[in-house]
Amino acid sequence: MDQLIIAGRIFNSRLLVGTGKFSSNQAMVAAMEHSGSEIVTVALRRVDIDNPDDSLLSHIDPERYLLLPNTSGARDAEEAVRLARLARAAGCEPWVKLEVTPDPYYLLPDPIETLKAAEILVKEGFVVLPYMPADPVLARHLEEAGTATVMPLGAPIGTNRGVRTRDLIAIIIEQANVPVIVDAGLGAPSHSAEAMEMGADAVLVNTALADTADPAMMAQAFRKGVEAGREAYLAGLGAQRQQAEASSPLTGFLRNN
Amino acid sequence: MKLIINGKTTEYQDNLTVQQLLQKLKLSPDQVVVELNRQILSPNIHVKTELKSEDTIELVQFVGGG
Repeated sequence: MDQLIIAGRIFNSRLLVGTGKFSSNQAMVAAMEHSGSEIVTVALRRVDIDNPDDSLLSHIDPERYLLLPNTSGARDAEEAVRLARLARAAGCEPWVKLEVTPDPYYLLPDPIETLKAAEILVKEGFVVLPYMPADPVLARHLEEAGTATVMPLGAPIGTNRGVRTRDLIAIIIEQANVPVIVDAGLGAPSHSAEAMEMGADAVLVNTALADTADPAMMAQAFRKGVEAGREAYLAGLGAQRQQAEASSPLTGFLRNN
Repeated sequence: MKLIINGKTTEYQDNLTVQQLLQKLKLSPDQVVVELNRQILSPNIHVKTELKSEDTIELVQFVGGG
């Protein structure tokens, strides 16, 4: 597949994967490996003092994967900036998946707080990948603020409903000068293929891989979906029409009239 | 000395540095990030940072997330 470039860094995979909700670290690692992904997201949370977990990072090979900390749980710009700074202090590269979701039911990103946080983090030298509503005007504002990508949602986080925001994502793709990563809501490899056929530069999935009996096989299926969609986009999809257009010759039939 | 660690108030008998607190809690400094009264502490100053009563400490780590 052709390379994906984000903030000057080259990736051979166009599938980003999340590390949440897997039944075990083993299942998570198997999914990461089979996805072919080179970017994996992680979250930052309080340590459970009475019962500390073993370190997630011991399961993720830093040579193989770029760790992309998210700011999940942030309800406003201030909380998101605080989380991003903590993640950087943990020794990560200064990349951050900016996520500001004040609404607990649909986890929809707050456009105003997301833009505010993006402006601050870009100034502090972060490479900012913002999760955002599929709003073309907001995408422009974020790009102007200096974000490395825009990441419009296909459907609310964890819903597996596919590219419900299709028409708006098409406009974002048409206008963007930074990579467009469709994040959230993709539940099937066909959804990822659809986003890629439309010209998305990459997709991010988590729930669809974690919430299945065989995460490794599903990760492989998504990898193929993404590759199929990308190749179809590069090849150029045929035009849609209302009437039939025969694929076989319309001459030489075994009849005389 | 009263410390507020991850939102929970805990009483300690002795004076502690951040490094000693992490040792008491059996946490490795590579694994957690320490925020003391909203200031992020870089690991190299854990050893010389003395905690005072009423200090608010956040200990955070990476977990799975999307």
